[in-house]
Amino acid sequence: MKQFITFVRKEFLHIFRDSRTMLILLGMPMVQMLLFGFAITTEVRNTKVAVFDPSQSMETRAIKERFDASEYFTIAEEIRDVSRINDVFKYGEIGLVMVFSDDFESELHQGGDAAVQLITDGTEPNQASMITGYASNILAQSMQELSEGSGAPCRIIPEIRMLYNPQAESAYNFVPGVMGMILMLICAMMTSIAIVREKENGTTEILLVSPMKPIYIILSKVTPYFTLSMVNLVTILLLSVYVLGVPVAGSLSLLLLVSVIFIFLALSLGLLISNVVNTQVAAMLVSGMGLMMPVMLLSGLIFPVESMPLPLQCLSAIVPARWYVDAIRKIMIQGAEIQFVLKEIGILLFVTVALVALSLKTFKNRLN
Amino acid sequence: MTEEYVIQAENLTKRFGDFTAVDHITFSVRRGEIFGFLGANGAGKTTAMRMLCGLSRPSEGKGTVAGFDIGRYPEKVKRNIGYMSQKFSLYEDLRVWENLRLYGGIYGMKDREIAEKTDTVLRSIDMESERNTMVCDLPLGWKQKLAFAVSTFHNPKIVFLDEPTGGVDPITRRRFWEQIYGAAASGITVFVTTHYMDEAEYCDRVSIMVDGRIKALDSPMALRNKFGVSDMDEVFRMLAREATRKGD
Amino acid sequence: MLKYLLEKEFKQIMRNKFIPRMIIAMPLFMMLIMPWAANQEVTNIRLTVVDNDRSITSDELVRKVVSSGYFIFQSVSDGSEEALRDVDAGKADIILDIPNGFEKDLQTERISGVMISSNSVNGTKGILGSSYLATIVNDFASSLSEDMMMVQPVLSNQNGKSFRIMPQYKFNPHLDYKVFMVPAIMVMLLTMITGFLPAFNIVGEKEAGTIEQINVTPTSRMQFILAKLIPYWCIGLIVFTLCMLLAVFVYSLIPVGSLLTIYIFAVVYIVAVSGMGLVVSNYSDTMQQAMFVMFFFIMIFLLMSGLLTPVASMPDWAQYITIFNPLKYFISVMRMVYLKGSGFAELVPHFLSLCGFAVVFNVWAILGYRKRN
Repeated sequence: MKQFITFVRKEFLHIFRDSRTMLILLGMPMVQMLLFGFAITTEVRNTKVAVFDPSQSMETRAIKERFDASEYFTIAEEIRDVSRINDVFKYGEIGLVMVFSDDFESELHQGGDAAVQLITDGTEPNQASMITGYASNILAQSMQELSEGSGAPCRIIPEIRMLYNPQAESAYNFVPGVMGMILMLICAMMTSIAIVREKENGTTEILLVSPMKPIYIILSKVTPYFTLSMVNLVTILLLSVYVLGVPVAGSLSLLLLVSVIFIFLALSLGLLISNVVNTQVAAMLVSGMGLMMPVMLLSGLIFPVESMPLPLQCLSAIVPARWYVDAIRKIMIQGAEIQFVLKEIGILLFVTVALVALSLKTFKNRLN
Repeated sequence: MTEEYVIQAENLTKRFGDFTAVDHITFSVRRGEIFGFLGANGAGKTTAMRMLCGLSRPSEGKGTVAGFDIGRYPEKVKRNIGYMSQKFSLYEDLRVWENLRLYGGIYGMKDREIAEKTDTVLRSIDMESERNTMVCDLPLGWKQKLAFAVSTFHNPKIVFLDEPTGGVDPITRRRFWEQIYGAAASGITVFVTTHYMDEAEYCDRVSIMVDGRIKALDSPMALRNKFGVSDMDEVFRMLAREATRKGD
Repeated sequence: MLKYLLEKEFKQIMRNKFIPRMIIAMPLFMMLIMPWAANQEVTNIRLTVVDNDRSITSDELVRKVVSSGYFIFQSVSDGSEEALRDVDAGKADIILDIPNGFEKDLQTERISGVMISSNSVNGTKGILGSSYLATIVNDFASSLSEDMMMVQPVLSNQNGKSFRIMPQYKFNPHLDYKVFMVPAIMVMLLTMITGFLPAFNIVGEKEAGTIEQINVTPTSRMQFILAKLIPYWCIGLIVFTLCMLLAVFVYSLIPVGSLLTIYIFAVVYIVAVSGMGLVVSNYSDTMQQAMFVMFFFIMIFLLMSGLLTPVASMPDWAQYITIFNPLKYFISVMRMVYLKGSGFAELVPHFLSLCGFAVVFNVWAILGYRKRN
């Protein structure tokens, strides 16, 4: 046991002395959290609107003012020339063009065919849909205001509740994903690279001829990364709650339990990689291409799994991070109880056991 | 510019921060000479040599190589020298002839000239059969032979060899020195650093560096006589005993 | 002299085990798989309905919502509690809750309400689902009023002032997310091939020590660096062209704007990112360092480029940071030319910015590359 502690201390020293690696290990998660939390949002705000308004009436002015006052829109330009309606998008600034019909005011009062056309830049489909949605809403309000007093038609007022995420903030969606990505990156990638580095330098061989049991050697290598991962996990949670304002809705202990399982999973994956490859560059490529890409693309971190075609959905099922991200989303954001995440926990446990067995086996093979 | 001397160093100094790696060294090397540059690890040999090759700017002092000031015209110096570094540095993923062609081309030789020279050089180092071999498949001794051939391929006035024989067996080393003699005989001045004292005996003149300074400079025989010992090894040990700097 | 150096670089690239394969495999992977995976399209919103009214009108509303085709109809729940549990368990995404007395209120007061509860963990999905459902409900209300006016024509004497709202999606009428991603993916690919690879290559020569040998030759730094870059420029442009062909055949995506504009921008962009790669290679001694630094910066650059989320949605401080992101300019140029048909005249600010990057990075790279220390 005493030997073991000496070894663990040595591994810690290795990591602490390499300031660049430390910076990456601790700095990267923070930068990612802040970027995802603050900068990466799909919220619609201050979309620039160009208006074509031939009638220039009181009614249209009121509608324009209502748009300008909303947090979603800023009236940026009055188009005078019909031909410009098509051109205005090409500069890439304007997100919405609102075209009032020719005699909007008179048609409106005489019960004619008054119309407003909402032309959005459909290059980004989600933005286009959201902008159209918000703009229609504002127009509907204007319409109600205009017809107030007159014999009102039927109205059904939809009351909208955003469950779990009242402000519909993007951070709620990204935080669990970023946790999965960071833990994968630190545990699997860093561990595999560190162990392979020793392999390259030949120092592993020296350790292996020492009287230490191989299992302790592995454990001593893994312990510091486990500790670092826990530090990162705590940092991420603190950042998420106090800086990004994403609260932990469910049970914290359940969240930690699932995270620890995932950390074990990632560590054994890193170990497995380090047993299979022989150079640091290879370790980096395998974990970069083989782990990071799937985590970024298929875990549901950014791109919802349910929007993918079936083959990719199947593929995403074998990416462990997907199940972790799913579980964390349920626990942290939706506040789900344990019975709702049993499936995810089961899958993660199963994969962890399989990976530990596999990496121990390949490690033994290496010794022989 | 004297025709006689192809390398002249005057109070050449290189500092890295507080540390003076090379401390006011002064010497000159004659045309066609084999000049040995000796010293323990960390004595400043490589740094001095890098300054002479235009790889490193002197902090102080003056040096001319092939008639050009190393501080002011490093690129002109480079045109007239060949260099073979401590670390074997040919392209491992190129074939033997491709390496020769590359360096010939870099020094502005024409295709025809390169082809002819390749034939003669490969013949002279007995590597004609290896012309198409990938460099990574050659044994170390052969790689060194080739590296020397590359560094003299463009007929430089001077060739700098930085511990060229590290890690090879004595027989291969002996052969390598025959190659050096051949080059010297064809009029190329050879500037070689080494820490093998038996190799020092092969040089026309040697300088011994200790802690960044030149402690002795003469022909091997004169040095042996001066210190009253029977071989260069002992000369070196007597001088190195005064060293305070730790080798790396 | 450059000829010999180029000859060497091309031979080395061809003989490398990894690079030629990657140059073939990467575009295929990125063009064929990425657009399907990197898809933020909101589809398959599962709907559950709670009908507390159980009237003819509420039934009609449910039928209208279900037949809109926008939602996947999951179930009719018995109560709000049960519906919420379905959402908790991940079986449903959105709830339409019709209150008791819905029909009666409409007939007597002409006004009533419904409750829409939408799972907003994914904010976009929450907003889109709920606003679409709200639109359907509004439509239903107005069709209902028309029906009633016919029944009770007296009321329609005083005409309610109303106008039609006509949404139109330009440039991407089917709102296909892939069309949005493909031009940007080409930019990512070009960045990796012309930014990463030459940087790794130079650091590789540093590690192998061969760069020392080159440094004592009269080769100028310009020549050495150009010899490193030109092969990757060529490869980059070839791969870029292949990608555009793939886009035509797989996604029937043909640039609306001019090819010439695309190529002019591509060339300037290539010069800029390879300059960036060179700067990184100057400051790294080992391949591993270079990879980490690249990985770190590229991640930030990608996230802040508008690749996934619009730059305009970012907070102001983040938008200022994106000014220094070359990817941002080229990604938006590619999308604009590909989808909107923007011409060179409209893209002059982008062009100037990219030229600025090209100059700054390359000057920095050349000044920072030391043949002597």
